[in-house]
Amino acid sequence: MQPDESEEVVTASSSIETALRVETKRQPLPPREHLETVFEIRDLDAIYGSKPAIKDVSLEIHKNLVTAVIGPSGCGKSTFIRCLNRMNDLIPGFRQTGTIRYHGQDIAARDVDPVAVRRTIGMVFQRPNPFPKSIYENVAWGLRVLRMKDDLDGRIERALTQAALWDEVKDRLKASALSLSGGQQQRLCIARAIAVEPDVVLMDEPASALDPIATQAIEQLLHELKDEYSFVIVTHNMQQAARVADMTAFFSISHGAEGERWGELIEYDATEKIFTAPSDKRTEDYVTGRFG
Amino acid sequence: MSTLEHPQSSLGRPSDRLRRRRAVGRGMELLAWLSAAVAVAILGIVVWSVAKRGASQLNLDLITKTPVPFAIGNVRQGLANAFVGSLVIVGLATAMALPVGVLIAIYVNQFAPVAVRNAVGIVLDVLNGIPAVVIGIFVFGLLVVGHGQSAFAASFALATLMLPLVARSTIEVLALVPTSTRDAGLGLGAPRWRTTVGIVMPQAIGGILTGAVLAVARIAGETAPLLFTSSVGVSNSVQWNPVHALQSVPLSIFELSEQPSPQDHARAWAAALVLVLFILFTSLTARMLANRSRRKLGRAAR
Repeated sequence: MQPDESEEVVTASSSIETALRVETKRQPLPPREHLETVFEIRDLDAIYGSKPAIKDVSLEIHKNLVTAVIGPSGCGKSTFIRCLNRMNDLIPGFRQTGTIRYHGQDIAARDVDPVAVRRTIGMVFQRPNPFPKSIYENVAWGLRVLRMKDDLDGRIERALTQAALWDEVKDRLKASALSLSGGQQQRLCIARAIAVEPDVVLMDEPASALDPIATQAIEQLLHELKDEYSFVIVTHNMQQAARVADMTAFFSISHGAEGERWGELIEYDATEKIFTAPSDKRTEDYVTGRFG
Repeated sequence: MSTLEHPQSSLGRPSDRLRRRRAVGRGMELLAWLSAAVAVAILGIVVWSVAKRGASQLNLDLITKTPVPFAIGNVRQGLANAFVGSLVIVGLATAMALPVGVLIAIYVNQFAPVAVRNAVGIVLDVLNGIPAVVIGIFVFGLLVVGHGQSAFAASFALATLMLPLVARSTIEVLALVPTSTRDAGLGLGAPRWRTTVGIVMPQAIGGILTGAVLAVARIAGETAPLLFTSSVGVSNSVQWNPVHALQSVPLSIFELSEQPSPQDHARAWAAALVLVLFILFTSLTARMLANRSRRKLGRAAR
């Protein structure tokens, strides 16, 4: 199954089948109470101007797992993960209420410095966005800014190796990052994000602009890196969620009485459960492709 | 005859309506072409007439020798004092307007709330629309009354004219820098100023310089503000000190054209030619810089 932008047309049988095929590879999830919690999100509302984007989201995100956020376009998936590292602060007119406890500290509070939040909670964006600098400088810039300048070369090599890019670029570190292919650029962005040793890496549809082979490389990375980091990945590719995620949150669009619409968390559970035995009808409709 | 009865007629013989449409199209194209030709022709006529009249005095003496008042016969003289004065005044003006203009643009583009952003935009437009002569009177009242004329006052007046040009063009260039690379910097946990200085500015520097060069070309020929601020008692010898009023190229042109001697007139034309060539040259340089930075941004956006 190739990842595709127009995921909604996938047939019921193929999505369940893919999910099951992947399930067999997955290690069983330890019981929920044994998992360490990274984020504890309570009653999160996010509003752009006067338009609500998400309402009443509550969930817990666990350490060293890949948590996928899936749902139809406009359900607030991206808004949700951008709340987790305060990237929405940059958007004029954005407001949020509720609490986001990160290892117990409320990072949504007004007096928390968003810059400090983003230092421990990194982000990889939808489109590869390397700096127009050399490959080396792309990784080095963040390290210099965060004063992690000891053993700069070693750190850069480690990050590029972890991002499975080292062998491809080790002979041309001084070349422009823009000379890399799209998939390589996205892996460079991942290397750049993990070089500064974040605790959590947020990924906003990291493979949606990539071809299937590059996508596979990125998914492989998640499997290998989750022992060290916790990942939250937004995707509207259900196969991708089924392949990479331990936990899956399904968001959907709710409609109000006066025509207003907002995103809501419908169901959050182990990925296997979401894709094979969802407890909500709306989740089932979505993962089996009956959703519009 | 309708096309419905003869479906092939639109391919074979054009219908009347199609013929008419083509004629209108060709007419409009010709009109647009003529308008462009008029603009080019006007520039050509100006440059040619200036060059024809000034050619006799266009030599190295013009920029190396100083004026000799009441000269009889063919004394070797030039306008070195005016060129140096213009250099000092325009240089100082650029030194004042460029950093302030760029900082305004950075604030508006990276930090300001939407309401402030719009307000600053309007203020810059209004400032840009104020006639140079009004700026001249304003600076006269502010800096000249009580202190006397100086090249510094002239620079301040020209900087006021330059500021909105630099700020406006820089705002536009910064808006071209993709927000995705800015987000990438911030997403790494870099403070805003580090992202602005380290990521956004390097991508925009070519465009910022382009705007600055164009603004320099624009103010170098300004005359009205200089009349109020740096025109009385200017020395005929070369002076660099901006505390004194300094002679400048536009004012020299104005003064020489009022003289009775035909040689003075020719020198005024020659000085005008140098000014036109300077503006032509800087504009071309700006174009080149702009093309280069656009290519760079184009690669980044992909």
